[in-house]
Amino acid sequence: MRRTAAPAVIALVRAVAAVAACCLALASAAQAPADARRSGFDAMGPSTQAMQRDDTQNPGMLWVRDGEALWATPAGEAQKSCAACHGAAASGMRGVAARYPGFDAQLQRPVNLGQRINLCRERWQRAGPLRAESQELLGLESFVAHQSRGMPIVAAAEPQLAAFRERGERFYRQRFGQLDLACTQCHDDNAGKRLGSSVIPQGHPTGYPIYRLEWQGMGSLQRRLRGCLTGVRAEPFPFGALEFVEIELYLAARAAGLPLETPAVRP
Amino acid sequence: MARTIINVPQPAKRGEIIEIRTLIAHPMETGFRSGSDGRKLPRDIIRRFACHYNGEPIFSAEFFPAISANPYCAFHTIATDSGTLVFTWEGDNGFLQSETVAITVA
Repeated sequence: MRRTAAPAVIALVRAVAAVAACCLALASAAQAPADARRSGFDAMGPSTQAMQRDDTQNPGMLWVRDGEALWATPAGEAQKSCAACHGAAASGMRGVAARYPGFDAQLQRPVNLGQRINLCRERWQRAGPLRAESQELLGLESFVAHQSRGMPIVAAAEPQLAAFRERGERFYRQRFGQLDLACTQCHDDNAGKRLGSSVIPQGHPTGYPIYRLEWQGMGSLQRRLRGCLTGVRAEPFPFGALEFVEIELYLAARAAGLPLETPAVRP
Repeated sequence: MARTIINVPQPAKRGEIIEIRTLIAHPMETGFRSGSDGRKLPRDIIRRFACHYNGEPIFSAEFFPAISANPYCAFHTIATDSGTLVFTWEGDNGFLQSETVAITVA
């Protein structure tokens, strides 16, 4: 009796398990896997969130307005303004910042938005480059990126970028500095936990240039990356280094689909 | 000239309490920090902010070193008549900025 019953019970258990597994699979297939990615905005306090949401309170808008004025100001030997070629930024620049860094065919390397602005100055306005982190460059960058606010971040499609992006990802997983830490150890493994009193964000570059309360001013993604590198006691790369652009490329692909918030406010 | 962003509800209803918001670009250097050379950075702050509505003072504030850079100031008033709102910021090193915004009261 037992000999015959035992296989039947096992078969029954197996059948129940199979049905349960099917149900689970169906259930998870029915609701698309939830995106676990979060902008740093979600981890901020309500007053800082309110500051970002309201354009009359958001100090980043001061830079956007500065950039708007620069957009229409002729510069360089060519005495051309940005608007002379690109027209109104609201239409011409919509969605542009969301797909940066992009590929520059002439240099055969990726360039970020700030570098693209300086290349434009050099090639078309015949003007000197704006210094990294200067108020003028941050203003123009903020103004251009602001035109894409609310649009999803897109990883630039040029096939030549793949190798650079891969190097950026390797950099992201590479241990650095005296503390011997990789970006991924904080921003993937320990995101959401605290480092001192601050919440560790997932590290999606959704709102650059950002107005950071700690800086009491505007800053680029490279300034933020340099801060992290100094934080792990590594020698930071200089502004505009290819390594930084490569990691920006990877971060953009990693954050693809999240909406752009420029000018974001961060603590 | 520092960049300012001023928000006044337009048009305002007569007798209504309205909120006026102002933002000005200013470093608000406290005078307590030292630079990379170890020397104290001299104080450079806005010391006084005032708003006049058709010539009449309706709001003023004194600012101190603990106020953040790019100070934001919001206050309320009663919309009485159409006219102008004059905002003035005065500070160290002869900083003086004045902005005029027209207000329509219906």
